[in-house]
Amino acid sequence: MSTELLDPPRSALPRAAAPRAAARSGAVALALLRRARKVSGLVLVLALWEIGARAGWLGSTTPPLSDVAARGWEMTSSGELTDNLGVSLLRVLKGLAIGLPLGLGLGLLSGLFRVSEDIIDAPLQAVRMLPHLALVPLFIIWFGIGETSKVGLIAVGVVFPLYINVFHGIRGVDERLVESARTCGLGRIGLVRKVILPGALPQILVGLRLSLGVAWLTLVVVEQSATASGIGFVINQATQFLQMDTVFLVLVVYALLGVSTDLLVRLVERRVLAWRRGLVAR
Amino acid sequence: MTVGTRSGVRVRGLTRVFGERTVLDGVDLDIAPGEFVALLGASGSGKSTLLRALAGLDGEGGGEIDVPAKRAVVYQEHRLLPWSRVWDNVVLGLSKRGLRGRDLRARAEDALAEVGLSARADAWPLTLSGGESQRVALARALVRTPDLLLLDEPFGALDALTRLNAQALVADLWAEHRPAVLLVTHDVEEALLLADRALLLADGRIAREYAVDLPRPRSMDDPRFVALRRDLLDGLGVRPVATNLTTAREAL
Repeated sequence: MSTELLDPPRSALPRAAAPRAAARSGAVALALLRRARKVSGLVLVLALWEIGARAGWLGSTTPPLSDVAARGWEMTSSGELTDNLGVSLLRVLKGLAIGLPLGLGLGLLSGLFRVSEDIIDAPLQAVRMLPHLALVPLFIIWFGIGETSKVGLIAVGVVFPLYINVFHGIRGVDERLVESARTCGLGRIGLVRKVILPGALPQILVGLRLSLGVAWLTLVVVEQSATASGIGFVINQATQFLQMDTVFLVLVVYALLGVSTDLLVRLVERRVLAWRRGLVAR
Repeated sequence: MTVGTRSGVRVRGLTRVFGERTVLDGVDLDIAPGEFVALLGASGSGKSTLLRALAGLDGEGGGEIDVPAKRAVVYQEHRLLPWSRVWDNVVLGLSKRGLRGRDLRARAEDALAEVGLSARADAWPLTLSGGESQRVALARALVRTPDLLLLDEPFGALDALTRLNAQALVADLWAEHRPAVLLVTHDVEEALLLADRALLLADGRIAREYAVDLPRPRSMDDPRFVALRRDLLDGLGVRPVATNLTTAREAL
């Protein structure tokens, strides 16, 4: 998971470019340079991988990047990769479709009402302390080795990070803003809609990012055993036959999946948290 | 607490206890409709507690409070919602009074024009300066056409120059709209520049009352102003040794 700040403090943002042309072109050049610098680390690692594997520094079991890419192309054309990826994506989506609304709903209940906090929070905190991946055997016994146990485990894993962040997001809303909105004549529903939810949103989105990370992690684990499809199955098969290019290919796919969902949430953040960057929408 | 039976304020025997400490001990206070009253007192003397009671933010006091239904509060911090645009902040909570989209926007723009911020209607509050934010908070209060305007050290967080401008703005807006005003402040000059009456809160009661019958607009150089300030500072227990005004203010 990315360790980059959700949103840098405003003081850390580059100052808006002065309207003068010279200053602006300087700022553009600087921005390009920064972007290039950000990519350069990754490019360096990939290049080292390719060179290292070709030269044999990485041992006989590490294929070079180009072989992995070729294997990817091959498996995509044959449909082997795409079919299995589709199966895995569906598992994650189903798990998210169950787990995210559950986490959000429970978090809202706990955050907004003391009564439901008293009832919901304690058992949820207790269950949270149990690593949900430890439930794999139990879920297989309960739900069999089919889709249900896999989807179920993803759903369970996703609930907690979202729950906790929704709950704390709501409780962290500035009491003074609530008070002043109340003196402005806002009712209970208005307060929730205009003050509490928007105030909790940054934290809720943090929860969403964490939950998505957990979803991918859980997918990897549940596809380790008792399955005949999905990208986890592909990597297992490849390991047994020592097809190292396929093993590395699946690892790259896992990484790309994680990165792309993270980017997706960040895109959402940029839109709905525009006020934090202090930008006037055009 | 009674609401809405009059357009002025009438408080009798207001008492408020926090734990062991009696902060307000039988406060009597009247504010006539359209009157501007400043409430002075040392830190912790209960000025803000009294204001919060009048705003209806503190339901735990004892005594009789009779205030107009239409009240608005401006706090020391602007308390604008950072995720709502400026104009949205101004008309916050008005939509349920039967006002809809375009009307609301028009109301917000009128109020913003009064505080000289029409151009910032679509800005995010985080892009505003401290003085601008406080003007938006004023607009948000005025758009409700309050009968009672409660100002809780509204200029306390502003720099000296911005504060002077904001004070002049409040004087103008008050002259225009004529709500009853309770201004909580620890700034003696501010009280004397703006108020019809200055009250001194000490030991949980209104200890002294000063009528400020100086012609408006007021000047700090007016000898009567200087005399009143001396009086008030004495009342606040600031010793005359402090010849420098800044030191006197800091001593508060």
